[in-house]
Amino acid sequence: MFSMYVEMIRIRFLMMLAYRVNYYSGIAVYSINIGAYYFLWNAIYGDKVTMGGLTALQMVTYVSISWMARAFYFNNIDQEMAQEVKEGKVAIELIRPYHYLATKIMQAMGEGIFRFLFFSLPGMIIITFIFPIQYPSGFSIWGWYGISLLFSFFINTQINLITGLLTFFFYNNEGIMRAKRVLVDLFSGLILPISLYPEWAQAILNYLPFQAISYLPGMIFTGGIQGEQIFLSLGQQFLWILLLWIPIGMLWWQAKKNLVIQGG
Amino acid sequence: MLRIEARGLTKEFKSYKSRSGLMGAFRDLFSRNYMNIKAVDAIDLAINEGEMVGYIGENGAGKSTTIKMLTGILKPSSGFLRVNGMDPHRERENFVKTIGVVFGQRSQLWWDIAVQESFTLLKKVYRVSDAHYKRHMEHVIDVLDIEDLLARPVRKLSLGQRMRCELAAALIHNPPLLFLDEPTIGLDVLVKLKIRDFLKEMNKEYGTTVLLTTHDLSDIEALCSRVIMLDEGKVIYDGELNKLKEQMGSKKAVFVDFPYPVSLEKLESVTFGLPVSWSQIHPMQYRGVFRSEDLSVSHLLEAIIPSFEVTDLSIETMSTEEVVRKIYEEGFAHV
Repeated sequence: MFSMYVEMIRIRFLMMLAYRVNYYSGIAVYSINIGAYYFLWNAIYGDKVTMGGLTALQMVTYVSISWMARAFYFNNIDQEMAQEVKEGKVAIELIRPYHYLATKIMQAMGEGIFRFLFFSLPGMIIITFIFPIQYPSGFSIWGWYGISLLFSFFINTQINLITGLLTFFFYNNEGIMRAKRVLVDLFSGLILPISLYPEWAQAILNYLPFQAISYLPGMIFTGGIQGEQIFLSLGQQFLWILLLWIPIGMLWWQAKKNLVIQGG
Repeated sequence: MLRIEARGLTKEFKSYKSRSGLMGAFRDLFSRNYMNIKAVDAIDLAINEGEMVGYIGENGAGKSTTIKMLTGILKPSSGFLRVNGMDPHRERENFVKTIGVVFGQRSQLWWDIAVQESFTLLKKVYRVSDAHYKRHMEHVIDVLDIEDLLARPVRKLSLGQRMRCELAAALIHNPPLLFLDEPTIGLDVLVKLKIRDFLKEMNKEYGTTVLLTTHDLSDIEALCSRVIMLDEGKVIYDGELNKLKEQMGSKKAVFVDFPYPVSLEKLESVTFGLPVSWSQIHPMQYRGVFRSEDLSVSHLLEAIIPSFEVTDLSIETMSTEEVVRKIYEEGFAHV
């Protein structure tokens, strides 16, 4: 059982390595993004000391670490599922003795680990030389951050599973998936820390799973969340992981029942 | 033991008709004309262990839908279904370990990586032990002659090479039941022959039960003693291939060539009393259809030869292809 999923992660590794240009250009894109945000935030801060409870240095750290974390939790499994449904390839997935969704999560995990090792780590090292980034002191913060990052991977992947599963019903939901991508980037606090949103927006976002993807781990890393607050955040993330299984389970159950294989 | 048992197996799809024109498309946004289509209509199947069965029918007759129900991909709308003693859709994850499937139009190998890697993953997925894998797959790889292809990425294989690898991939766990949905589509004669030989050998050696759909009836002729014929979602014939041919092509016919023009009346008068009806192809060639099984060719020749010289005589036999075409065109009921 376990060795099968390890093998799946390995295969995804091999597939990522099969296209080298993709890999190199990925590093470039992430570096450019971080560089752009660095200069943007420096300009916004001007000579203000803090904004939304973060110093300029914390903000730069927050933004860079968020992008690096994104490399890990981000994946396109919903796009893959959509393509499998559209081309009828899902038939092949269903003649294999594994759980379709579990397999998708494992593939996402393979992709995530690959990018973490080959994008995020080298990227972070490069960036440390260019921009002054504040790293947390103490192993415990690194540890909590690691757990939080793993949780954000699951939450983001679960949201992807939901949008991916919708293809089983709509056959073409390119629009929904694109909207989801923008929503996640915006509401997760990747582009803008949640603390900079107006009060009413923060109140709403508190009840949505998005900030658990990027904002909470980012704040743990930069020290914006400390002490007992860390456990509260991790608890919040974990709760979302549990809650999101409910719609996924229901959608999958319906999808299997009404499945149509496109293209014969 | 019955490998496949189905009673009243039915699959209905909900479909909609698009209204025509721009106004129609606009109206479709709000309400659609739904209708139910029965892709498979109450079919009964009983396939025994070790059988090789050909499943034939026109495009859209419901073959693929049946296969997808039998493999657990689609949930039947109604009816009873047991394959390998299990309910394919409900016990899918356990069930699929006992079958192998090849879809001729879809690849089950991972496109970007070497064939060998796909095999390794499938070996893990089906939890095949190293010893078993080695013993079984060495044989499969040898018979299909794919040793040299294993290190290459799937996207660089030709169709024939890929299909041989697909077949090997479907057999990694040595399943007792194998579904082949158009496995020889687009393949050249040599690859086809190789695949047929391979299937025969698997059937002989492991007693693998094979259900095969194809449009190439020579596949069926070479492999299957039994055919099941489907039309508009219903089984219209289930039995031996030979019997089907006999039934459809029971009227034997001969072509007789003469070295000089012969008139129809003269020929008919010579064979007067014999149960044969002549038609003229051209003045030097006639086609005689036997109206009775009792008439033999030698009898007919005895009657003709004293009066005419005969340069050539050929007996018309119906190919499976023609039999099937005839059934589709004329239907089966009034045979």
